[in-house]
Amino acid sequence: MDATTAETSLQWVPRRQHSWLGRLFDSKPFLVTLCMLPTAGLLLIFLTYPLGLGLWLSLTDTTIGQPGVYIGLENFESLFDDPVFWNAVWYTVFYTAIATAGKFLLGLWLALLLNHHLPFKAFIRAIVLLPWIVPTVLSSIAWWWIYDPQFSIISYVVVNVLHLRDHYFDFLGSPWPARWSLIVANIWRGIPFVAITLLAGLQTISPSLYEAALLDGATGWQKFRRITVPLLMPILSVALTLSVLFTFSDFQLVYAITRGGPFNSTHLMATLAFQRAIPGSQLGEGAAIAVSMIPFLLVATLVCFFGVGRRKWQQGSDND
Amino acid sequence: MAGLTRRDTLLSGATALIGAATIPLIGARAADLDVPTKDVKPPSFKIESGATIRVLRPAKFVDPDEVLFRENTKKFTEQTGIPVRVDFVSWEDMLPQTAVTANTGAGPDIIVGFGSAPQIYADKLIPMNDLADYLAAKYGGWHELALIYSRRWGSKEWLAIPMGGSGAASVYRVSWLKEAGYDRIPDDHAGFLAMAEKLNKIGHPIGFALGHAVGDGNGFANWLLWSHGASLTDAAGKVSLDSKETIAALKYAKELYPHMISGTLSWGDPSNNKAFASGDISLTFNGVSIYYVAKNSTDPKLQAIAADTNHQSPPLGLAKKSPQSSLVVNAMAFRHTKYPNACKEYLRFMMEVPQYAPWLAGCLGYWSNSLKAYGQMAFWDADPKLKPYIDSMDTPYYDSYRGPISAASSAVAANYTLVDMFASVATGNATPEAAVKQAARQAARYLKG
Repeated sequence: MDATTAETSLQWVPRRQHSWLGRLFDSKPFLVTLCMLPTAGLLLIFLTYPLGLGLWLSLTDTTIGQPGVYIGLENFESLFDDPVFWNAVWYTVFYTAIATAGKFLLGLWLALLLNHHLPFKAFIRAIVLLPWIVPTVLSSIAWWWIYDPQFSIISYVVVNVLHLRDHYFDFLGSPWPARWSLIVANIWRGIPFVAITLLAGLQTISPSLYEAALLDGATGWQKFRRITVPLLMPILSVALTLSVLFTFSDFQLVYAITRGGPFNSTHLMATLAFQRAIPGSQLGEGAAIAVSMIPFLLVATLVCFFGVGRRKWQQGSDND
Repeated sequence: MAGLTRRDTLLSGATALIGAATIPLIGARAADLDVPTKDVKPPSFKIESGATIRVLRPAKFVDPDEVLFRENTKKFTEQTGIPVRVDFVSWEDMLPQTAVTANTGAGPDIIVGFGSAPQIYADKLIPMNDLADYLAAKYGGWHELALIYSRRWGSKEWLAIPMGGSGAASVYRVSWLKEAGYDRIPDDHAGFLAMAEKLNKIGHPIGFALGHAVGDGNGFANWLLWSHGASLTDAAGKVSLDSKETIAALKYAKELYPHMISGTLSWGDPSNNKAFASGDISLTFNGVSIYYVAKNSTDPKLQAIAADTNHQSPPLGLAKKSPQSSLVVNAMAFRHTKYPNACKEYLRFMMEVPQYAPWLAGCLGYWSNSLKAYGQMAFWDADPKLKPYIDSMDTPYYDSYRGPISAASSAVAANYTLVDMFASVATGNATPEAAVKQAARQAARYLKG
């Protein structure tokens, strides 16, 4: 080692010779792709694959036991002529509409009540959540007993204790009573979700707004109409969207209580899809019914989002 | 386990051992005495060296079902040195697991599956002619339902060994029928209707499921159809529901319905058991379970009901033999097994008197025998109330009656097509003519129209 080399070694020499790996990691597109890979993989495996498989099955005549072949839209064509399917479509829409309306009216009312200062507030709020916490299968079985033609607690109280009737109610024995009974059970289960969500929304509304309104001499209705409702809208539309999705794809309540009976009057699309696919072994047909739910769900979601919450807050800016 | 001494534990262990040991003994003694067999030389299956067997079967009905099945299997291993593993899976899982096994060619060597499985997977199964013919020769032949379910449709090729069937009979309250003036249930439609009317008048109505109950609802619908000479399909498998016999059955259902307890349209499978056990109904169709549960209950009220309960084969109507089918279990050996002879030897062993007789007796009528000779065992006499279940498999009626057995007919049952047809007419929601047309259309979605 002589002096000259020692001198040059002190000079700054930019390191131009990166390894190919280093250069690769410096490239932004590559890094972005790499970081997104795990997420993409998860989505692909757990979301796209089952959905894609469902779509594919709906285009085949697969049964349990026989791998099917591609038959195009035949499943959908045959469903188109199936009155049971159309009945299920109609009842699913009806069930969702009525149950959601019920949940929101009662849920909002409950939220307004809970928003007042009550003794044991935290305790009461916890209790209100119970129907939502209890596994649906359990509460479904409870409702099944409540609606039982021979062992109903409601019938027992009305007939044997109060002597208001001389025979038991037949809640599930004919189409309309059965449909309404299921809707009541669904509303019962859904109220807590709506009430607690809206309660959270109510508590974000500044009390100063109500005080200002009070000074201006606003009535209770005016306060509700002009302050509560507009400020609740953002959370209302999110809760509405979720609630519609849950209700539309409901399965457990109906399957545990009526299995779609009497004479298919209470089949939802989800229960019919299951009945045809698993106990009935017609996987292709069941998948076709399940796939038919997608357009309805898309429309419902879009209506909720753009119909109810057509405000700029969704884009993150102020209202006016 | 605080508060439980070592001696207690030892004692309870010993009791359990004695209990387990006594069950087969009782049956074995009875078996030696009373199963009439012919002296037939068993087929010699040359067992492959190093053979092992895996068996899949439905979960137990009652405890002895599993205990004795395992006991018999253990005996087989001791005598032959072939290790056998038996897995019990829940009833709902049988269908998909059988499908996966058949399609992938892997998994259990033997599956004891339900009803239509041998027909659906016919090409994946080892023919059983030698074994089936031997058993038939030795034990007085197979019952009719076994011949239907376990041989390839329209041929004499055995696809499986039918191990037994679970059938339904009329379950009724003796004292209430007496009160209405009956010692036994009339076998004709008019008489049955008159009895239902009288029972209802004295406040003890009959009750049959008309709701979406897979077993009971379809069973009642099939009884209505078959006892009127109607059927879902003709012999070629073409839907033949739209007939004057079906219309007659529908009209009969409409007449019967007002005399039934209210609410049967929402009945599920457990509902008639519940209603019978609470004394709300005087008569229904069911397996032996209602009686079994009541008899083995510690509740004196239920025991009184058991004492007052009796069974009778379902009313014949126009049928010559019981118009109720059974849930048949078939032992299938798959072509993918490396030890077909060991499988056959295992099944032969399980069907022979020393094993089969105690198992059948232990199940107390939950399973009925597929081989005729086993109907003469003494245990059927021990409790005469079980007698109607002896003949459960002695009937020509099966789930897709008159047509070939297929997955399609199971689909019709799973969609409650027949149940809904009867329910809508019984309640006056549809005319018989309209209901039968709609049901035929629904059935034709799966069967030939």
